[in-house]
Amino acid sequence: MGDLQIKKQPKKYDAVIVGSGAGGGMAAYVLANAGLKVCLLEAGADYDPAKHSSQLKNPWESPRRGASTKFRPFGDFDGCFWGWEIDGEPYTMAEGSDKWDWWRARMIGGRTNHWGRISLRFGPKDFKRRSIDGLGDDWPISYDDVKPYYDKIDKLLGVFGSLEGLENDPDGIFLPPPKPRLHELMIKKAATGIGVPVIPSRLSILTKQINKERGECFYCAQCGRSCKAAADFSSSSALVQPAVRTGNVDVITQAMAREVITNNEGIATGVSYVDKTDMMEYQVSGRVVILAASACETARLLLNSKSTRHPNGLANSSNVVGKYLHDSTGAALGGVLPELFGRKRYNEDGVGGMHVYTPWWLDNKKLDFPRGYHIEYWGGMSQPAYGFGFGMQGMNGKYAVNGVKKDAGGYGASLKEDVRYFYGAGVGMAGRGEAVPRIDNYCEIDPKVVDKYGIPVLRFHTTHSDYEIKQAKHMKETFKEIMHEMGAIITWGGDDDASNNYGLANPGNIIHEAGTARMGNDKRTSALNKWSQAHDCKTLFCVDGSQFTSQADKNITWTILALSMRASEYIIDEMKKQNL
Amino acid sequence: MDRRKSIKALVVGTVATGVLVDACKPTDKKENTTASAGLDDRMDEEKKYLAKLEKEEKFFTEHEMATITILVDIIVPKDDVSGSATDAKVPDFLEFIVKDMPSHQTPMRGGLRWLDIQSFKQFEKSFVDCSATQRIQLVDQIAYPEKAKPEMVQGVSFFNLMRDLTLTGFYTSEIGVKDLDYRGNVPNKWNGVPDDVLKQYKLAYSERELKECASYS
Repeated sequence: MGDLQIKKQPKKYDAVIVGSGAGGGMAAYVLANAGLKVCLLEAGADYDPAKHSSQLKNPWESPRRGASTKFRPFGDFDGCFWGWEIDGEPYTMAEGSDKWDWWRARMIGGRTNHWGRISLRFGPKDFKRRSIDGLGDDWPISYDDVKPYYDKIDKLLGVFGSLEGLENDPDGIFLPPPKPRLHELMIKKAATGIGVPVIPSRLSILTKQINKERGECFYCAQCGRSCKAAADFSSSSALVQPAVRTGNVDVITQAMAREVITNNEGIATGVSYVDKTDMMEYQVSGRVVILAASACETARLLLNSKSTRHPNGLANSSNVVGKYLHDSTGAALGGVLPELFGRKRYNEDGVGGMHVYTPWWLDNKKLDFPRGYHIEYWGGMSQPAYGFGFGMQGMNGKYAVNGVKKDAGGYGASLKEDVRYFYGAGVGMAGRGEAVPRIDNYCEIDPKVVDKYGIPVLRFHTTHSDYEIKQAKHMKETFKEIMHEMGAIITWGGDDDASNNYGLANPGNIIHEAGTARMGNDKRTSALNKWSQAHDCKTLFCVDGSQFTSQADKNITWTILALSMRASEYIIDEMKKQNL
Repeated sequence: MDRRKSIKALVVGTVATGVLVDACKPTDKKENTTASAGLDDRMDEEKKYLAKLEKEEKFFTEHEMATITILVDIIVPKDDVSGSATDAKVPDFLEFIVKDMPSHQTPMRGGLRWLDIQSFKQFEKSFVDCSATQRIQLVDQIAYPEKAKPEMVQGVSFFNLMRDLTLTGFYTSEIGVKDLDYRGNVPNKWNGVPDDVLKQYKLAYSERELKECASYS
């Protein structure tokens, strides 16, 4: 009988965009402001930080006091819907693969609602790694091609930082950075003392107001909850909402894209999706189709969009879609600064992230690994959440409390005194580094498994190489030196060694996945050209992390935004010339 | 209704029907009951999950809860800075957390029973029926991991868990946050570490930092 139908949207759009995160939000913004009619599909729920953020809630307003759940793995107040596991949407691992951790946000703005706002430009070297060390591949573009877009984005969205004149960490157009916190001053002193530079961080947080639409930061350190004042960059508040205000964007939430539709000539003409609220199938047409569903979901869509013209999946005559999958490397350690026991109380929140960081500072030619990493720091008097006070028996027997030696553990008024005494003395650091992309790190369609919508799921095949493991070893050695120089005691992460890859995080765990539809000049070894446009299908663009030929020792979001803006301007230009 | 305003931008037509249907589902009406206050930041799936938890029977028996109530106030008693764990409603928090995190259930239930068995062995009474002195005698045998006798190790594990959960429940309560004297979670302008604290640690901002960092009058 006719319950289930496929409904075709009558309106034909100039662009259908899949995904409303950094890449999709930017494309919607640029195209809508140029007068194009845009349909923005978002797999998840509507989300407006002004309404939906948990910002400024107190710990006791969560029945679990901010603990994580499967709905919000980063904590009960975190501004991201879903994460590692989504009900009814499994993914699998190939035999012999390391565990791949796959983060999937499902909301307007995607993971840009809760991310760390670390907004680093790629440097000139980051586009030409093969030319430098013979590994991986060069991008088909250079820093000079992207710089004008970084400049525009800095001004449009706002980022703080300091002018440092570093060769491979280009300066941006910066708002003033916040003053370092107490533990950051100590880190800075110790690290620079042993030759590790510490400079102001570069976060997309508005320390000064930049326009009427968005507010100024009020230093609650809760960027991760998303900001009701839009004082930090979230695609939801900074891109999608302004795009919608042009009147040129139709946003469809709860729309899970199934495949890209192509015509007999193999041209992408639209997207079919399932509406999760009524479980009906729909199709929407556009002159161009822009995929920004996050690197692996975009690859999945391409691979699931098979047709006679594209038997290997859309845009995949090269057979690289899903391959060269990489993520930032990550290793961390932390401890306590006895100098900070019994510290004076004041409001130390600051912004929702580090006020200082360390950009990669060494010459890889002198090291046993080819690519660099940056260092992130944390510590201080933060808001208590579930887990606060755990493990006191590991602290209160080791250090005299207010001059009095005690037995580890205990209870009573003495225990309360211990908690107060140790509060705010924690410190930690993590490396975020560049992994070398390899063709044998990939995701593919699992031939046996579909999700609850009947869409074939991804199967992952990823392992770390010696390059990443040696990089993690170097991270740990560096961190130990800094901690020692500071007079800090390491309480976790200090015992890692070769047997556990020096604490190297699972691939995917750092949530900077990229590479699955990489750019290149050669259509035999790349999926996209230098305009983020599919070699095989001129009406198809990929503007999320999938397009990245390599990762850099920098988070990829700012570059996603720059490349999406660049691709969108190209689309407008090509449409004017009637090439699209 | 906020939801209507927020879907202004969403497509009207064949697709919007689905979205509007979602906005008007019966679950919306359920939202306006007891626990719904302050749930505007929750996903639909979270609301459903919370409603399910609230309908569940209590996990702890009356006897277990009576034991917990005594234990939490031994761990976090009233002192001259702040109230006790029961003042901060820590027992209620524990009842919720074992339902939310079922992995705590067996260690808690088993640990409480272990404690009662010890109590019977030593005082021929359950923990709640002991005198205050007897209870402390028992607690002292399991509260100090580095001094506990070998036959007490399970009790040490249990007491570590009780201490962890009691401290967390207390210091994330309004009373506890005030006890800790956490000063944040309030809109402000960050002008750096206070001068007297800089002096205390013999630190200072550089000329460049003073000149270039954000400052607010």
